[in-house]
Amino acid sequence: MITMPEQIESDGADGNGGGVQIDMISSGRMDGMTSMEKIRLILDGVRDGKVVILESGLSPEEESKLIEVTMTEISPDGFSGIEIESYPKESANPGILDRLFGDDDSKMTVIGPANQIETLHKDSELISAVVSAR
Amino acid sequence: MGILTEIKDSISQTVNGIFADEGTARIGIYGPPNAGKTTLANRIARDWTGEAMGAESQIPHETRRAHRKEDVTIERDGNSVTLDIVDTPGVTTKVDYQEFVDFGMEEDDAVERSREATEGVAEAMHWLKEDIDGVIYVLDSSLDPFTQVNTMLTGIIESRDLPVLIIANKVDLGDASPGRIKQAFPQHETVPISGQEGDNVDELYEKIAEEFG
Repeated sequence: MITMPEQIESDGADGNGGGVQIDMISSGRMDGMTSMEKIRLILDGVRDGKVVILESGLSPEEESKLIEVTMTEISPDGFSGIEIESYPKESANPGILDRLFGDDDSKMTVIGPANQIETLHKDSELISAVVSAR
Repeated sequence: MGILTEIKDSISQTVNGIFADEGTARIGIYGPPNAGKTTLANRIARDWTGEAMGAESQIPHETRRAHRKEDVTIERDGNSVTLDIVDTPGVTTKVDYQEFVDFGMEEDDAVERSREATEGVAEAMHWLKEDIDGVIYVLDSSLDPFTQVNTMLTGIIESRDLPVLIIANKVDLGDASPGRIKQAFPQHETVPISGQEGDNVDELYEKIAEEFG
């Protein structure tokens, strides 16, 4: 497993010069969390204006839950939702065995606040985000 | 026959068994906002029952509640299938009321539409989790299909082993590229149509009868 530094701050959003904080969350940290804990970690960060990078992404079930919970938290005077991108799966057509062994989760994922991410582009090797400070 | 093909066939038979045991299958029409889901639902409902299902609009999130049309019987080339068609709100990860203001809506109406739209997305996801037996996934073929919402939704559908038909809609538009959609989802059957103009809907009905019959 690749070990990534957790919560690397690049000029914090909370009073540190008005920049954008980027949290990189290792798969090791996510492994011990329940689905709701993962979603809370993501949405709490994104609602604070942070960009969250997950080393290992979410399962389809967790992505479904993330959409549902995101929708319940959108409000006209504040949070307008998320932008999310992840690398394409290694296999374009995963078989049942891939799914049984959980390979679906192994995709780096970038999530940020929809009202601050102006462009979020991806191709097979690059995810590119332009993030404005709040 | 490879082992994975056998497993897939076995799953398909199981799914068909579920359909048989529980009565009429519910086929959800899913996709991002403004892909033409309600236009397609109306096309299917009008062609086979004589009645439309819901209002259509150029403004996103016109459909903010799921609507079910029961007992739609589609017949093609000896195949006949009776389905409940469920038209669902467009799925997205963001809703900004300002988008509706930009379409000329009053701010209060835009805020209300935004609130209803978020409820609608959550409702669509809940239907997918609990109450849908198969999916017609609709995409605007003039737009890039390689979006995260499409990737996530098809991933969610695949993880539940639901049969799925991809619709490359709006082929009547000048910049339509249904080939790009086929390329994006090579694991699924793709049918290019225009729900608005009725182009190629005969093939659509054949595929529905094959896939969900």
